[in-house]
Amino acid sequence: MDSVFKDRRAALLMIAPALLVYTLVMIVPIFWSIGYTTLDGNAITGFEFVGLDNYTHFFQDPAAIDALWFTVRYAVLLTVLQVGCGYGLALLYVFYLRHKASWVRTVLFFPVVLPTVAVALMFSKFFQAAPTDGPVNTIITALGGSSVDWLGASSSAFWIIILMDLWRSMGFYAVLLYAGLVDIPAEVLESGRIDGASGLTLVRRIVIPLSLPVLLSSVIFSINGTLKVFDTIVALTNGGPGSATTPLTLYMFRTSFAYGEYGYGSTIAMMLTLLCLLVTVFIFRSMRRDVTKG
Amino acid sequence: MTTTTTPSAPTASSASTAAQARSRRASRLKSLRRLPGHIGVGILLLLVIYPMVWILLGSFKSKDEFLSEPFWSLPSSWNLDNYVSAFVDGGLGTYIRNSVVAVFPSLLIIIVIGVAAAFALEILVWKGRGAVLLMFLAGIMVPAQMILLPLFTVYFKTGLSNSMWPLVITYVAIGLPLTVFMLATYMRSIPREVFEAATIDGANIFRMFWSIAVPLTRNAIFTVALVQFFFLWNDLLIALTFVTKADLRTIQVGLLNFTGQYGAVDYGPLFAGISVSVFGTFLLYLFLNKKIMAGLTAGSVKG
Repeated sequence: MDSVFKDRRAALLMIAPALLVYTLVMIVPIFWSIGYTTLDGNAITGFEFVGLDNYTHFFQDPAAIDALWFTVRYAVLLTVLQVGCGYGLALLYVFYLRHKASWVRTVLFFPVVLPTVAVALMFSKFFQAAPTDGPVNTIITALGGSSVDWLGASSSAFWIIILMDLWRSMGFYAVLLYAGLVDIPAEVLESGRIDGASGLTLVRRIVIPLSLPVLLSSVIFSINGTLKVFDTIVALTNGGPGSATTPLTLYMFRTSFAYGEYGYGSTIAMMLTLLCLLVTVFIFRSMRRDVTKG
Repeated sequence: MTTTTTPSAPTASSASTAAQARSRRASRLKSLRRLPGHIGVGILLLLVIYPMVWILLGSFKSKDEFLSEPFWSLPSSWNLDNYVSAFVDGGLGTYIRNSVVAVFPSLLIIIVIGVAAAFALEILVWKGRGAVLLMFLAGIMVPAQMILLPLFTVYFKTGLSNSMWPLVITYVAIGLPLTVFMLATYMRSIPREVFEAATIDGANIFRMFWSIAVPLTRNAIFTVALVQFFFLWNDLLIALTFVTKADLRTIQVGLLNFTGQYGAVDYGPLFAGISVSVFGTFLLYLFLNKKIMAGLTAGSVKG
């Protein structure tokens, strides 16, 4: 009977199209890019072999270090905030709203499917200072303050980016984590209550440990997404003011397509890939150790 | 998630008015205690909904209204001038058409070859299928920046740059890993006995694919397609990299350049453009929110 499933010709026929496209358009370019990291120049001017110079340049390039630092800061802060707020919301769904308010979940989830460009344009108009005040500045001036150029200063621009991404993703993480919370058996919570645990103790001692696997995958998913941030920033600040909000992805894009430095651009992409890999492995291992200890 | 317990009926014997009044007072007290929480949820909903309402209202306002009226004012008339301007002068229609031309063929190819691949990886038995699945899986994590430059070079050298092909080809490749992985998971959940029974009945592989695997995973296929639709439709990076001609811009790239086309204070058409983008998505979400929520969250936990 098994022989039917071991039909190699059929298997080949069905896997071939996907495998072919995937190999030609993903795998080959990845190795091609790795090859680029040892070169200097671009496809039009020609290439020159430079060995590992691009990598040493990366660590001596202040703009690259700034971009790296921005990326890490953004990714860590946003991951903490969106998983944290999402978890808070999920707890609210499970213990406060119960199953009465599935429409609240549905409404709060909606922003995540919106096109980033539309959301970014919306936020930039919302926080606008010049030539006319947007709603936020109108309220501030009405309360007696003076209007703030939110996207014109690097520190406030950073927070507007964080705020916008939080606005978009909060409801998504809430639903993601909610799915983990409703899996906790009611009897476990009940027996916790009988033993005298209530409110925060119940959450800290029972709910959080039991939802750790979902939290872990959320953190990994979030950090992998936020390290690759591009759309949000291009549409909201375009890396500015100056280059204050430029992440690695945008720096790679500029280096490659505005300055035509294919070798160095690929090196930046490579560093980003390594960063994603490293962080994922690190979180995975450190969290796993915690689980076995606790 | 959707199971609701019906409240237990009050015992018939103690239906005196006094007890009723007491319970009514108790429930009123309870709802009063829950008030702060309700206000909190209300504020949260307002924070999510208000910016979109503001954009929608703004899309009907004239230039003068933007400058002289406060932001909370309602538009003086509900005319569609801004929308006309966005579509006619702004080229919003062209952008939407370009997006449709790039996204839907990509989606179709992704699903067709993705379903076949998932079937081959999960149902059929052959050496190396584990390694191939792992290879697809690895593609989910690699940032798109790793493939942009070689593809750009190839598209440029082959003269594909001035068409929609670069977008379609890249979208298919980028969409495949998650599609194959999600569909493989769904295929795995079909009991193996179903296929074994089919072989006894004399079905060959392709018959099994068409008459069992595809119908049984039809819902999942639709969900995955929906997830991929959002990823591709909302994509900016690929479109920004490979679209070099203004009249081939997708809606995201077009909208990004919208601000530059109008005067600094002529917000109307821009608001109309954002509005179309937001409320187009809203319409889809209105009908398919359950599937979208399930699909997007499934795509992340496993990814």
